[in-house]
Amino acid sequence: MKMNKAVLLAALLLPGSLLANPYEKQLANGMRVIVKEDHRAPTVVHMVWYRAGAMDEKDGTSGVAHVLEHMMFKGTEKVKAGEFNRIVAEAGGRDNAFTSQDYTAYFQIVPKAALPKVMALEADRMANLRLTPGEFGSEIKVVMEERRMRTDDNPQSLVHEALYAAAFRAHPYRRPIIGWMDDLEHMTWQDARDWYRHWYAPNNAYLLVVGDVDHQQVFREAERTFGRLKAKALPERKPQNDPEQMGIKRVTVKAPAKLPYLAMAWKVPKLKDVDHDRESFALDVLAGVLDGGDAARLPRNLVRGRKLAQSASAGYDGVVRGEALFTLSGQPAEGHSVAELEAALREELRRIRDEGVQEEELARIKTQIIASQVYKRDSMMAQAMEIGHFEASGFHWRDYDKLLEKLRSVTPEEVQAVAKKYFGDDSDDRLTVAVLDPLPIEQAKPKSNAKSGVAVRH
Amino acid sequence: MSRIFLAALVMAVSLAAKAGVQIQHWVAPSGARVYFVESHDLPILDIDASFAAGGVYAPAGKTGLAGLTHGLLDGGAGDLDEEAISARLSDIGARMGGSVDDDRAAVTLRTLSYLKEREAALDLMRLVMTQPAFPETVLAREKARTIAAIQEADTKPDAIAAKRFAAAIYPGHPYGASATAETVGRIGRDDLVAFHRDYYSAKRATVSIVGDVSREEAERIAQRLTESLPAGIPETPLPAVTLPKAETVKVAHPATQSHIHVGLPAVKRGDPDYFALIVGNYTLGGGGFVSRLMKEVREKRGYAYSVYSYFAPKRLAGPFEIGLQTKREQAGDALKVASDVLAGFIKDGPTAAELAAAKKNLIDGMALRIDSNAKLLGHLSTIGFFGLPLTYLDDFPVKVAAVTAQDVREAFARHIKPEHLVTVIVAGD
Repeated sequence: MKMNKAVLLAALLLPGSLLANPYEKQLANGMRVIVKEDHRAPTVVHMVWYRAGAMDEKDGTSGVAHVLEHMMFKGTEKVKAGEFNRIVAEAGGRDNAFTSQDYTAYFQIVPKAALPKVMALEADRMANLRLTPGEFGSEIKVVMEERRMRTDDNPQSLVHEALYAAAFRAHPYRRPIIGWMDDLEHMTWQDARDWYRHWYAPNNAYLLVVGDVDHQQVFREAERTFGRLKAKALPERKPQNDPEQMGIKRVTVKAPAKLPYLAMAWKVPKLKDVDHDRESFALDVLAGVLDGGDAARLPRNLVRGRKLAQSASAGYDGVVRGEALFTLSGQPAEGHSVAELEAALREELRRIRDEGVQEEELARIKTQIIASQVYKRDSMMAQAMEIGHFEASGFHWRDYDKLLEKLRSVTPEEVQAVAKKYFGDDSDDRLTVAVLDPLPIEQAKPKSNAKSGVAVRH
Repeated sequence: MSRIFLAALVMAVSLAAKAGVQIQHWVAPSGARVYFVESHDLPILDIDASFAAGGVYAPAGKTGLAGLTHGLLDGGAGDLDEEAISARLSDIGARMGGSVDDDRAAVTLRTLSYLKEREAALDLMRLVMTQPAFPETVLAREKARTIAAIQEADTKPDAIAAKRFAAAIYPGHPYGASATAETVGRIGRDDLVAFHRDYYSAKRATVSIVGDVSREEAERIAQRLTESLPAGIPETPLPAVTLPKAETVKVAHPATQSHIHVGLPAVKRGDPDYFALIVGNYTLGGGGFVSRLMKEVREKRGYAYSVYSYFAPKRLAGPFEIGLQTKREQAGDALKVASDVLAGFIKDGPTAAELAAAKKNLIDGMALRIDSNAKLLGHLSTIGFFGLPLTYLDDFPVKVAAVTAQDVREAFARHIKPEHLVTVIVAGD
């Protein structure tokens, strides 16, 4: 079935895009304000993104970016602990925050009348957070529970933690966002305070508003709230590039599970220049050929065709502040080993290297890119996330359409070329493989939660 | 959303969310009930076809049949094999999916609304719902994958806790049954064919449509999707839910955290107490950071990252549940705090301030719950499947506003009786 390209491209030119939407303004203190008007419903997504994430931490205080994210709900000079949540909830809204390697972001989704209030609250906690040892003492326990839930009791998370820790030697992506448990146990409220003092400033943040608003009004409101805050000198950021990898790395995680799990990660280029880089787009499309929906090669060949995998996936995110990895992962099907799955995944790469990809497969991926963009317009949050994530890596939202255009221009030859270049004979030198070796739960001993250093010894 | 609808929404907010979504309803010639919201702002069409074909209808000993039948609908249909189906969907950028729970099996479609893409997507949706082939080879593979997934889940403390909780609060009832390697192993192709023939009928179907089509087009679409469905069997009474005796179930596991669930079967769809229960539950453990459970268990004591309570009404009494995870050494203390919060709430209900805050969030938050086609589709499907009033969304703020503290206390006393409260602890000491 051939796509009607003209119709689909028109889909991207919905009424909104005919205007100069989104709108942007920079405040005198350096903070950028980006507003995307969407008048379908009387609600608003309000987000503040800080260009400070786990990758900006130092050894010994891993996890502090995320801990501070928790502490941001603990009150300011004027607003009591928990009051922010209460005000948003009473307005009929909801709020939360998230921390990644590259950024920390805070959001509220509210009926539009509540926007000025949440802007004032968010501006207040950008500068006036009240960090106390008491609040820190109970919240750090919550974060340790979060780590137990997300990572320590989740074998696949442990594998990914081990994979990143092994893949990177110098680059900060080697540390988990949630932080090492030992670092959390030894973190102090002053560590959180220092983090806040260093990175929380209008010139290290951008404001994003998507929804039923008038952009001029939002700009005025931003001036009145965030505009009053002072810019700060930010700490120097060192590149911390990883030294060249000299050979394959393999790690094993033993944890309670039934099925083994395999994760392979190759160091590959990231997107640096939307206008001139081509390889990053080709790697994106390669990941799509392997795992872009049900009809892609991994589900079709490994899960359904050869029945060798319980699950199999490919991943590549070239829009990052740090370094990029191309990953293949999966669980072998019953009766098959991780070695067989690894061989099968490598075989899929080899076929693309040797035989290339079909024009039809590329057309399918490009169609999905367009459809996804249309579907995204049904969600204000999805539209805000798209802009926020892209900006976090140092790109400008204006270039996002260009990125989509470039993705659609990738040729079969370019996909084959990156497959040859990055997954060829010597590619094992840039590869890390992490494996989950399942431990029957009867054999696993309950893990002690006693703090390291004070563990009872006998 | 049309301009008129948008104007209605804006007014809805200024009038404390009093008016809103224009839901059109009719019965297709096939017998399927249809619910439709017309919305031309985006070139998208969303459809949900929900059948009374959930897990509760699987015969005893064959738990997992509802999920396998649903999962194999696109495993080959008519003269298309599974590869052709997934390739065609991908080629037009459409997404077909769905879900199965105790009561219903839903097939969902999201497609661009341009004629060509839309028609192709609807053909595929019709084909998989009406003519699934259930090929033996696909069934064998999916059974193996299902069994592997079950065995894997049986090593995970959260999955074990969820299963044991369902089993403990619904003893002997299909709501409490989980698929096992044995029950899945017993399922054959004939079972899928029969399950589809009996339960995927137009009379058992609710078709919800949201998006960029006219009423006339929606009528044609609903009929086309359902006219060739099997005749099916009429709805028969479901086995009654009996309340469990209070007990504590402990399951050993080496995890660092204990997974704790407390609850019982509590409320069915359409129960007049529903609004008092959700208003009350907002204060107890449904209101996120502002709930009592969150404040006492997480904020004050740092016992858990996640702690919540909810009511999940079903066709029969669906569960009320409190859930939390905490490091195993302090499981007893955390459970005590959660239990005390529940007991205190059942006894005294919300304070005047808590009640007002709950109502404010639920009423003013209405705008957030209907601000996308995807969210609207979910509401339509629930309203249609459970036969709730067409005015449900309009009534919601009114009913919430009318709830008093006494209503909450009485509703909680009626629906959460301590003598039936079950506790499940996985990985406790």
